[in-house]
Amino acid sequence: MAVFEKITIAKAINASLRASMEADPKVLVMGEDVGKLGGVFRVTDGLQKDFGEERVIDTPLAESGIIGTAIGLALRGYRPVAEIQFDGFVFPAYDQIVTQLAKMHARALGKVKVPVVIRIPYAGGIGAVEHHSESPEALFAHVAGLKIVSPSNSSDAYWMLQQAIAGDDPVIYFEPKRRYHDKSRLDTESIPDPLHKARITRTGSDLTLAAYGPMVKVCENVANVAAEEGKSVEVVDLRSISPIDFDTVQSSVEKTGRLVVVHEAPVFFGSGAEIAARITERCFYHLEAPVLRVGGFHAPYPPSRLEDEYLPGLDRVLDAVDRALAY
Amino acid sequence: MTVEGTAERKTARGGSKRTTAKKATPTKKAPQSQAGNGGRPDEAEQDQLVQLLTPEGKRVEHPDYAIDLSPEELRGLYRDMVLTRCFDAEATTLQRQGELGLWASLLGQEAAQIGSGRALRDDDYVFPTYREHGVAWCRGVDPTNLLGMFRGVNHGGWDPNSNNFHLYTIVIGSQTLHATGYAMGVQKDGADSAVIAYFGDGASSQGDVAESFTFSAVYNAPVVFFCQNNQWAISEPTEKQTRVPLYQRARGFGFPGVRVDGNDVLACLAVTKAALERARTGQGPMLIEAFTYRMGAHTTSDDPTKYRADEERLAWEAKDPILRLRTYLESEGFVDDAYLAAIDEESEALGKRVRDVVRAMPDPDTMAIFENVYADGHALVDEERAQFAAYQASFADADAIAEGN
Ligand SMILES: Cc1ncc(C[n+]2csc(CCOP(=O)(O)OP(=O)(O)O)c2C)c(N)n1
Repeated sequence: MAVFEKITIAKAINASLRASMEADPKVLVMGEDVGKLGGVFRVTDGLQKDFGEERVIDTPLAESGIIGTAIGLALRGYRPVAEIQFDGFVFPAYDQIVTQLAKMHARALGKVKVPVVIRIPYAGGIGAVEHHSESPEALFAHVAGLKIVSPSNSSDAYWMLQQAIAGDDPVIYFEPKRRYHDKSRLDTESIPDPLHKARITRTGSDLTLAAYGPMVKVCENVANVAAEEGKSVEVVDLRSISPIDFDTVQSSVEKTGRLVVVHEAPVFFGSGAEIAARITERCFYHLEAPVLRVGGFHAPYPPSRLEDEYLPGLDRVLDAVDRALAY
Repeated sequence: MTVEGTAERKTARGGSKRTTAKKATPTKKAPQSQAGNGGRPDEAEQDQLVQLLTPEGKRVEHPDYAIDLSPEELRGLYRDMVLTRCFDAEATTLQRQGELGLWASLLGQEAAQIGSGRALRDDDYVFPTYREHGVAWCRGVDPTNLLGMFRGVNHGGWDPNSNNFHLYTIVIGSQTLHATGYAMGVQKDGADSAVIAYFGDGASSQGDVAESFTFSAVYNAPVVFFCQNNQWAISEPTEKQTRVPLYQRARGFGFPGVRVDGNDVLACLAVTKAALERARTGQGPMLIEAFTYRMGAHTTSDDPTKYRADEERLAWEAKDPILRLRTYLESEGFVDDAYLAAIDEESEALGKRVRDVVRAMPDPDTMAIFENVYADGHALVDEERAQFAAYQASFADADAIAEGN
């Protein structure tokens, strides 16, 4: 039984890939620079050395090619885990993901499975250049046939990836890159929560904050600050964006009466819109305030010197908390 | 042709069982360079490399690419390369000092960029990727403009139309299609200028690049594809992108490809001139593969020691494009110490200007987030801009109250 009191998310993902590859010889890792270099974030570090070039595949620089061939490998019985180097580079593969990967199981009347996992380091906060900081999850969540998850801590990073790989559906696994080096506890023998279950990470009674991936930590900090001001804020880590565990959000909101949804992606047509609508339907008589959303603007992700203003931080989320509590 | 092909297929398949086919020894072995060398030239192919200046700095002739430059023009190429390298080194230092978030160095690729860049006419149009600092120099783009996106204050930093030099493109390969479309427009306009698209050996794997080859061939577009094969795409060697030399790809699309010594500025100039001339005179696209080497890291975030041996770089340092031209210029007596000293001085001045401008480069105004999202405006952007301005003003109000005003 291995218990790591402090392990980074990047190392937990590496351990997860390792565990998946050991458990199932059909699991393959593929992508740009994933071999010798170990990926630009070193998430696949050492895997090629231990599993060989047949299972850890440096691909040509072609994202449509990566996902298209992953689909073919999956049809042949493999379980490819494809890495897209950065969020903004998934679009050359968008066609394969949306028109092919998502729909193939349905088109074959359930006769074929395409268990492709796509790992995408996403979202901002690392001072990068254009196309390296985007949050395109809503663009995928709108498409039926894909499952979408995003862990926020090492334990989830470890377990959710293995669950995604073991499952028979295509999963997009969004890795919060600015949290790669955050450390948290990992017990590799514990029994993990189901892949699509949301989790309450802070309990509170006045208001619910719902977030996933990189924004969970921001929301936990907000809850701490709010507590000092005498406000009791509950934080729900959604963990999964498609499907969303609305039951957990609903019971939290039935208790607190207020909901603020936080994500980095633009608010307009974002995942917050879906959550606000569903929770309003489910909890209309419990709500003391409209569901508020905090997120990115309807503008391209800005140059890095402006990202601190663009990204929802402590102040912007607290402001929304205050507004919700003022109703 | 078709009938013959069908007949062949029948014999190949007809009656022969799998096992037999398996045992059969292949009649012809694939040439070595295609089987495993992934586009790295073996000795025979070295001969295919267009070269006008040997690594030792000796002038040689090529039957198809003659060029005759005055001492002044030759000195100009030298100056361009030295100043570009100096600018590049300055930018690398500024990144180390935290003034830039990232830098993509062109160290080693000066000849490919200056040679091709100086082949262009003012009315030609350039579509670069993100490392074409030397080409930008040739286009007259102020080098400090190139640094804004690496500092994180903008996503571009210059007006593409003021120097016919488009914005840097980070998504690899995309710009080859833009170049092709632009060239189709040039052709429709009846203009006689040409378009050039730069990309890397790694980018050559992108579907967009294949599609740009198809479009440009089908429409006979006046576009030159200039691939700088610096042999590495971050950690992946060219072998991971292709099993045939890249220049040979053009043939399958229906236009010529040529491989040029990318560390030979004269050859790069001569070949690019010829390709542009072809394009201008209605003969369609051409692919140039400049075979060169990335001497530094992919970017300042990269650690090449993880994936490549030092010896390789050392071997390429011996082929340094700047040294090569300098040796030639000195042997011909085209430069003297005073001239070289003057260039050093000019380099220092350029370095200082770049430092000063970058350090003084202000952060953009916060509200710039909402600028230029649409050309004609958009109600949602207006609403969000107003909300955000009010939110920010609330801090100013709170500060004022705290200060008792
Ligand atoms: C579509 C896309 N995928 C991945 C990347 C990340 N990336 C940036 S540069 C690079 C390597 C490019 O190599 P090459 O085309 O040979 O050009 P070089 O950088 O060597 O000049 C990669 C993988 C990207 N920019 N765009």
